[in-house]
Amino acid sequence: MKKLITLCFLVSVFIAKAQSGGYSVGDIASDFKLQNVDSKLISLSDYKEAKGFIVVFTCNTCPYSKAYEDRIISLDKKYKSKGYPVIAINPNDPEVQPGDSFDAMKTRAKSKNYTFPYLSDPNQTITKKYGAQRTPQLYILEKTDRGNVVQYVGAIDDDTENSDPNKISYAGNAVDALLSGKKPMVNFTKAVGCTIKWKKKQG
Amino acid sequence: MQKYLFASLLFLLILPVFSQAQVKLITVDQLESRFANGKDTVYVVNFWATWCSPCVAEMPNFEKLQASYSSEPLKVLMISVDFKSKLQSAVIPFVKKKKFANEVFLLDEKSQQVYIDRISKDWSGALPATMFVNKNTRKIYEQEFSYDQLESVYKSSK
Repeated sequence: MKKLITLCFLVSVFIAKAQSGGYSVGDIASDFKLQNVDSKLISLSDYKEAKGFIVVFTCNTCPYSKAYEDRIISLDKKYKSKGYPVIAINPNDPEVQPGDSFDAMKTRAKSKNYTFPYLSDPNQTITKKYGAQRTPQLYILEKTDRGNVVQYVGAIDDDTENSDPNKISYAGNAVDALLSGKKPMVNFTKAVGCTIKWKKKQG
Repeated sequence: MQKYLFASLLFLLILPVFSQAQVKLITVDQLESRFANGKDTVYVVNFWATWCSPCVAEMPNFEKLQASYSSEPLKVLMISVDFKSKLQSAVIPFVKKKKFANEVFLLDEKSQQVYIDRISKDWSGALPATMFVNKNTRKIYEQEFSYDQLESVYKSSK
């Protein structure tokens, strides 16, 4: 019971705290046209059959992104066939973070056999529009008549170390809820991650 | 007598090595009570982790800030958010190697989802993050600081 009260409290706090800039739950996420590591341009509108999307801002270099990499691959394996494919976007400026260059992204996607697109956002416009603040950070979108509605923003789970068998899988729970016609119970979480490596201002 | 002198000299030599390698545990409550008791002190609180390379890169700037303003009511606190399970294997060896003069802590909290918001509603959890706290305000920055930037934000926080 106490756990439930704490959870309700947390949920209300998370709802109350709208993200500073960028998308909050309920917003319509804009589509994009970004280059994948196979050089093709990818848009959400390409996915005619999808019911929604797991958009994840992640990168090659952040140790927390690396810690979650296998779990991102698992999310795609589990949910793509159910209508929620993973779309990964690397938000980092390669001049600030050379390990996140397009070539380095290609190498990473190949060596880990990514089953999902890994897109580069060279002008960081989509990253800014979504309001991503760290890697890894997830946006779960539900496809509706109104557009792709943001239904969850935050972490993949509450156990970065991947050592707790009772971990809470925020992302999985959110997609499961959406697939059964419900709203995610927890729709905003914070987590430790790496800052986005923003392009240095000109001048 | 000579033996005694030698022993105390040895002790004095070893002492700084121990104090440098000290990493204290701190909860959010303990941190808050430290702020509350600080009166006119400006706290510059850096959240870092051993795995975070921009955090490691900016650390000397925090050492320099504390040293340059040692006569002012300024306190730099370096708080690691490494996992508690990494205290002995990563955090203490790191701090020992770096020989910090600043006070170093490891955050003694379990849930990121709870402690990030408790530290600041404006913190997304991204590292590095630095919070400037005086008795009236607190402001958090998610960025790597150059010394000049750090000094100027400190001056405007007094």
